[in-house]
Parts: sequence; C-alpha cells; structure tokens
Amino acid sequence: MELTRRELLATFLGAPAALAAGCSPPVQSLPLEGAIVGASAAIGHRLRDGVRPTPAADRWQNVGVVIVGGGIAGLATAWRLRRAGFQDFVVLELEPRAGGTSRGDSLGGIPCPWGAHYVPAPLKENGALVALLDEMGVLEGRDGEGEPVVAEQFLCRDPQERLFFAGEWHEGLYPHEGESEADRRDWTAFQAEISKWVAWRDAHGRRAFTIPVASCSDDADVTALDRISMADWLAGKNLTSSRLRWLADYSCRDDFGLTVEQTSAWAGLFYFASRVRTPWAEPQSLITWPEGNGRIVDHLSEPLGGVLRSGWAVSELVPKAGDEPGVDVVAVSHDGSDALGFHTRQAVFCAPHYLASHLIRGFGEVRGNAAREFQYGSWMVANLLLRDRPRESGFPLAWDNVLYESPSLGYVSATHQQGIDRGPAVFTYYYPVCDDDPRAGRARLAGLSWNECAEIVLSDLSRAHPDIRGLVTRLDVMHWGHAMIRPRPGFVWSAARLGETQPFGPIRFANTDLSGVALFEEAFYHGVRAAEDILRERGIAFDTLL
Amino acid sequence: MTRAPLFLLYLNVLVVATCGLIYELLAGTLASYVLGDSVTQFSLVIGVYLSALGVGAWLSRFVTRHLVRAFVEVELAVALLGGTSAPLLFFAFGRLSWFPVVLFGVVFAIGVLVGLELPLLMRILKEHLDFSDLVSRVLAFDYIGALLASLMFPLFLIPRLGLVRTSLVFGILNALVGLWGTWLLKPLMDGRLTGLRLRGIAVIALLAAGVAAADRLTELAEEQLFPHPVVFTRTTSYQRIVVTESAGKFQLFLNGNLQFNSADEYRYHEALVHPALLSAGTPRRVLVLGGGDGLAVREILKHSAVEAVTLVDIDPEMTGLAEKYPPLRKLNGAALQDRRVSIVHADAMIWLEHCPELFDAAIVDFPDPNTYSLGKLYTTRFYRLLKARLTPEAAVSIQCTSPLVARSSFWCIVRTLESAGFVVDPYQATVPSFGVWGYCLARTTAGARPAEVPAELQTHLRFLNNRTYQGLFDIPEDASAVPVEINRLDNQTLVRYYEAEWKHWN
Repeated sequence: MELTRRELLATFLGAPAALAAGCSPPVQSLPLEGAIVGASAAIGHRLRDGVRPTPAADRWQNVGVVIVGGGIAGLATAWRLRRAGFQDFVVLELEPRAGGTSRGDSLGGIPCPWGAHYVPAPLKENGALVALLDEMGVLEGRDGEGEPVVAEQFLCRDPQERLFFAGEWHEGLYPHEGESEADRRDWTAFQAEISKWVAWRDAHGRRAFTIPVASCSDDADVTALDRISMADWLAGKNLTSSRLRWLADYSCRDDFGLTVEQTSAWAGLFYFASRVRTPWAEPQSLITWPEGNGRIVDHLSEPLGGVLRSGWAVSELVPKAGDEPGVDVVAVSHDGSDALGFHTRQAVFCAPHYLASHLIRGFGEVRGNAAREFQYGSWMVANLLLRDRPRESGFPLAWDNVLYESPSLGYVSATHQQGIDRGPAVFTYYYPVCDDDPRAGRARLAGLSWNECAEIVLSDLSRAHPDIRGLVTRLDVMHWGHAMIRPRPGFVWSAARLGETQPFGPIRFANTDLSGVALFEEAFYHGVRAAEDILRERGIAFDTLL
Repeated sequence: MTRAPLFLLYLNVLVVATCGLIYELLAGTLASYVLGDSVTQFSLVIGVYLSALGVGAWLSRFVTRHLVRAFVEVELAVALLGGTSAPLLFFAFGRLSWFPVVLFGVVFAIGVLVGLELPLLMRILKEHLDFSDLVSRVLAFDYIGALLASLMFPLFLIPRLGLVRTSLVFGILNALVGLWGTWLLKPLMDGRLTGLRLRGIAVIALLAAGVAAADRLTELAEEQLFPHPVVFTRTTSYQRIVVTESAGKFQLFLNGNLQFNSADEYRYHEALVHPALLSAGTPRRVLVLGGGDGLAVREILKHSAVEAVTLVDIDPEMTGLAEKYPPLRKLNGAALQDRRVSIVHADAMIWLEHCPELFDAAIVDFPDPNTYSLGKLYTTRFYRLLKARLTPEAAVSIQCTSPLVARSSFWCIVRTLESAGFVVDPYQATVPSFGVWGYCLARTTAGARPAEVPAELQTHLRFLNNRTYQGLFDIPEDASAVPVEINRLDNQTLVRYYEAEWKHWN
C-alpha cells in the first residue's frame, strides 16, 4: 500500500490534518530510530490457518492446572491459586513477556506503558483488588468508612489532564472555555443523570453500574440501556451540546475503542457512573505508575518464576470425557519449532475469548456461534522518546494530554508520576481504530509501515507541539490487533456474553471479554473467580476475596 | 495634482513624524528599563537618533531617480524595523552583552530611514508647491506629529497598550501610510506597483500577527524588566538567572522573581536557618534543599557543631555562580568551598526518595510554589520523604512565602507539614526587599523551643538577638490562621492558592 502523505493523514487523522500536510510525495523516511514491536501475530496466524504440531511422546507432562494466557486474567488466576497455597500449575503465554495489554516497558531508561496505564482506586466492595493493592504496598490503611486509602505517591499527580483546544492547552478534559449557556445547561443535566444512576439501587440493593460488572444490577431498567447507543441516549435526553458529545465520544474511545455512536449506552454510562462513590462526588482517584499497569504485571509475574512459560503459544485444548475427566493442552514454541504437551485436570482459558472456538476441540460444535459475537477493536500505541520537552502554549504538561480535534486520544507523559519535570521524556500515544467493521480496521492498521505510523503520530502531535519532530529520537509502535472487546449495543447483556462464562467441561474461562468491557479490574476479577472455583472444586480451604 | 491629495500628504507627514518619535521613545524607555539610569539612556538614544536623522537627510541626495517609489520603500522599511523594534529589543536582552549594540543599531537605522523620508517627500512635492509654502507646511505637520507622539506615549500608549503592542501598532500605521501612498502618488510613479503593494501587505500582515501574539510576547518580556541595571544573566536548563546591581548592592532573580537583595538578605537567612539549628540540639549533619546561592550554608557554618552540610540544588549553574561569581562568593563567605560542604545536583524530591543518609537538621529554601514542578516540593509526600531522612531530635525550617500577601498559601504549607506528621511552629520576619516573610519550624517531636540565642552565636549575627528571636513566633492578626486544604501530589492545592493570592495582590 503506497499512500501519499496526504492520503495517509486524511485516512487516519481526518481532513484538516491532511490539508495542513499540503501536497507531498509518499511518506519520507524519518530521521529517527524505531520499530514496530509486536504483538506476535505470526504464530497466531499460523495456528489460525490450521497448523497443529504434535509434541513428541517424551515432551508430555502432568500438571494440576494449566492457565492459558499470561495477561492480567491469567496472572490473577495464578496469584489467587498461590495465595491459597496451591502451586501445581503452569501459565502458558504466547508473547515473550507476560502482561498482555497491561505490559510496561522502558525507553531510554524511562519506564513507560504499552497499554493499560491506570487503575481507579477501588471501593471497599472490590475485595480482591483491595487485597492485591494492599500486598503491593499501595494502600496505607482504611478511612473512617472502611474505604481503602491510597498512598499519595501512587495517586496520579496533579495536574492530571489537559486538553488542546482552540490552539492552546486548557486544564481538565471538558472544554469550558467559550461554552454557551446551552452547553452549560446540558453539562449540568448530564451530571444530574450520572448522579441519578450513581444513587440508583435495585430491589436487591445492587448498584446499576459498579466494578466488577458481575455485581451490576440486571434489572430491566438498566439492561434496557444496552439496546441503544450512547449517542441515542444523549439524543433521547435532549442533550445536544457539541462539547458534551465530544466528551462522551472521547470517553467511549478511551475506554472501549468505540465512538459514541458505536458504544452501548449501558457501557457509556458505566464509564461515568461505576467509579463514583456517591451522587455528585468526584470519580475515584486514579492509581498509576510510570510504567502503567506494567507494575502490577511485574508484581504478579515475579513470584511465578519458571511456572510462567512465556514464548509458548497454546495450539490446542482437547477435553477428555470418561472416568478421568481432564484436558490435554498442546503448546508451540514462539518460532514454531518445538511443541509441549500437558495432561491436566483443569484448565483456565484466559486468552481472548474469540480464540476459544479456534483452540478448544469441540467447542464450536457445542456452543455454536456465541464466541463470534465477541468483537475486538484494534489500537495503535506509540512510545516516543524525546530529547527534551516540546514547545507549547497554555496550561502546563499534565499526565494525560488530549487533543480535541484528533481521532487519537493524545498522549500520557511517562515521567509525570516520577516527578521528573524537565529534560528527556517519554510520551505514550494512543490511537483506537474505530471502524464499524473491526476486521477492516485491523487490516488498515496491519497495512501500515513503521514510517507511516510515525508520520501519523508526529503529524497529530505537531498540532499542539510544532517542534516535536526535532525532539523525538526514537519512536516505537505497537499494533494491538485484538486490543479490546467492543461493547456495542446489545452485546453486554446478550445471552452470548452471559453464557460464555460457563465452564466447558474441565475448562473454565477468565478474561475481561466476559464482562463485555476491557478493564484491568474485570480481567483481575475473572482470574480470581476462576481460581476460587478451582480451589472449591479441589476442596482447598480459602476465604473468598470476592 | 489637486488640493485634496496635498492635504492627505500632510496627514502622511504627520503620521510619519508621530511614528518616528514613538520608536525613539520606545527605545529610550526600553534602554532605561533594561540598563537602568534613565537620564543617560534617554540622552544617548535621543542623541543617536537625531544624528541618524541628519545622516538620513544627507543620504537623501543620492536618491536621484524614482523618488516616489523610494519614498514608499523607505516607509515600509521604517514600518518593519520600527514595528518590530520593541519585541526585537526585548529578545536581544536575552543576550546582555549584545543589547547595547542591538539597541543603538536599531535606533540609528530607524533614524536614518526617518531622516530620508522628509527630504524625499519635500522633493516630490516641490513641483507642486511654492517652496516657502512647502517648507512651512511640511515642518509644521512634522512638529505637530512630534507633539502628538510625546503626549500619547506616556498618557495613553504605555498604560493601555504596553511597549510591545505600541511598537507593533505604530508599525502597522506606518505601513498603511506607505501602502496608501502607492495610490495617492500613483500619477507620479512609473512601472508596476503590484510588487510594492504586496510587500506593504506582507509587512502589515506580519505586524498584525505580532499584535495577535502580543500577550505572549509581553509575558516573556515583562519577566525581563528589573528595577536596577542588569549585570549578569544566564539561561540554564532549569531557570533564568539574572543579577542586577545598584549602589554597591546586588539582587538575584530566578525567572524574574527576586531571591535576595544583598542589602537585607542577612535578615532572611538568619531567620531561615537559626531557629531550626538551635532547636535541633547540637546538629552535626545538616541538609539544605534548594538554596544554591550558598547564603543559608553561610549561616549554618556559624554553628560550630556542624560537621557536614549536604546541599541539594537542581541547577549546577546556580551553585557554580555562588562559588565563582565574585560578589556572590564574597557575600556567602565562600561557604560552598568549605570542606564540610558537599553539593549534589538533583531534583530534591527524586533525590530524597533514594537518599540513605540521616540528618539532624534541614533547611528547605525553594522558590515560591508558582508552578506544579515547584508545588510538588511542598506536598505531604515530599515532607514525608524528608521526615524519613531525619533523626528523632531533628528540626527543619521551610521558607513559606509571605503570610501577609499569600495567607492561605502560608497556612496551607503549615497544615501540610502537620499532616505529614511534623510538629510545626509558624513564624515570620520582616525583610524590606520582600516585605513580611513567613517560615515554618518543623520538628518530629513536640517540645519547648530553646528560649535564647547563645551569646557566642549572637556575635556573628546582625538581625537575631534574644528578643527578635522570640518575637519571630508572634504571628500578627492579619496573618493568623485561615482554614485551608492540605497540599498533596494529587491535588496541588498550594499552586492554586498561591496563584490566586499573588494575582490579587498585584
């Protein structure tokens, strides 16, 4: 695909950026270093195309539990099993490093994220996450109401957010500058709607929106929201302010990789209402680390040692019926040259759920097309190493730096949480691909060369930082093909989503996909839930964290 | 030509004359702002300008052809140079040694161009007017223009528009007159006029863009205005250091904010250092955070028990200045070269996170919390990190901005220290260069403060004695406690208090 610079920018950043680019030949090679660094699609595609290696007879072993996938759900499963004293398990992870989309990294000595990069401070009801954060030393106690108190250094440092709007940076995400009376009215009405949902309880005393999704009310008034889009919901409430719509759209793209038209109103309201303790209160503070949720990944994976087998792609799970039920799990080495086999009693499938019908023998025949309902959006994430801070005007550099007129989500400054305010910096740039057809978006993204990715990132950021090209010394790009489950209307409360949580014989499922939204907390919850199910089945005593 | 264009031409003369004088006044004003001594600067600027007018007038004889075109060209050149003169000079100030060269260069060039204008115009008009009539009218309008400029400049332009905008606006006016001339004098011009007009429009567009950005330009520029002549400037990676001097006293500014005046800094530093060191018993290891000027260290070294002082300042150029710049080195008594002193260049917060040592006393002397990067050095997190590096008997003093001007900011620091687990005694001293200034004495354990300043130490002090020392802790009613929030990394309340309070005061 040979695009001119203008065509490229028109496709990915919209007409204004393309016009600004002017007439120019195909994308020039840029005078800086960088690469596309993953994720490992090659081995995955080989497996998709039906390659099924068989391990040699002496390459089989017995293990109590096989955990398929070393993302947050898999690591949480392992964490919960170990906490209960159960260690007879193995975690198989396709990538060379565990963590999935929560992975962190370091560029030029500066720690930075590759995906998920914060966790809202949990409410006390989220026992498992509170236990994890306690263990990590993130909490320094409980307040008078028993709510966890997060140590100051782990809370996102102020200033948290700023918005590049009308040629200048402004504090906060909502553009108050120059808003009309009607904008203000809509803004207040929207806050009132959110507060209404924060206060709402069903007959069982459950909240409409809370984390994990499994604790949310399934009352018809709430689930009805899943049948319309967030855009329809705004229109139905007669909220027509373009600024409010922008904020809703940004929020949907940020949390779900979908536009406001594509997102279920249930998911959209979940974003705004699930992290607020009481009506009209501020949302829960954010916990963050310089390397994003990579810090949690490290905490969860370090004690695992050799039990965590990274670089091994699971190619097949074969459930066995009969007197001794169990599963045979086959894994292929990263380069496809070697294969390992595991006889196990129980397996936890923590990989993205769409893979279940590809990898589990007999799954599709029994479950039908339910797994096909699981659709995924793709993302481009770039880490930019800068020699020095770029020139800019208006409100100073914040943690999250958003561009009003861009289809990207802007960037997060990796040195912000470390308190390094000068000199070299790493900016992590996020771009969700929001095509209606997720496969088309995936193909569009996969077709981009490194040069083209870098051109998109730099052109986008140049609008706010005219001198950024001269400051970037390295730019690495991550293509996340299946980054996030898409909570489009009808999916979250579909029979397909609800049914897929059920075990398939000896195989349990644990992934954020099963919640219908891609959140660290959901992945963690499902991992802990699956692990506790296993402990229960094995008759191991434990105090539930759920 | 008819009568009407002639009248318009006189208007032209008026505008040209007004603009010329405005540029001269701007240059004189800027020179006195930046270099001080307004009498000298104004007479030099006027002298150079007037002589340049003469040079221009003399040069006009060499223009023999295309008079009208030359006149318009000169006018556009004046517009461009004069219009950009104030911003140009402000930025030239960034390189102090070049400032006089740029200043007088600009003044001379504008003078020459303006000097060319009138003779050219008179020669253009001489075909159409009786000579005596011409001279009387042109010169009359010229002097009326001068009067207009000298009245408008102090009464309206500087108070309303400021230096940068005045300069740009008059440049635009000048260029408009030039552009207008291409129509007015069209019958007298030969050749195509499009190129000339386009240039005129370009000059106007450029200056108009400058007006649009004038707020930013002024913001940058105002920082660079000082009450006394500047004798040293350096822009480091972290800040802009400026030293000014007058009557044997010198002043240090960081990013335009006064850090000390050698006339009364002893009051500030005695009040900053001694309450903490006296309260710490016999402090052997002392930590100084900020304070790269070495003046706090000078006071610390007056305590004979002190064995080691660790100074942490982010800016190597600042401590370098304190070690090597003779007036400052003399003022701090070469304190930074003392063998007991070790210097670390680091961000104090990041350094504290990794520091393994313990200290008996600490002096915290950061610039006021007017940015988020400084605000983090006043948070509970910062104070907890500091507390973890102190021995149980240790005492700390912290400079806390003015309790009179920024009362909430002051009490916010007090409450933040308390919230981090310190026992805090707020206090204040009067430092004429700053006004009423606030500090905190913070200790890890409660207990009575020492009642007296030891006699031996008093012999080395100029400000503190037993009475003034005790009086420091009396907080007057107009600076007494107000309810405030705690400053944390995740809310940075203090920066917001500070910004609001100083804005209100100014």
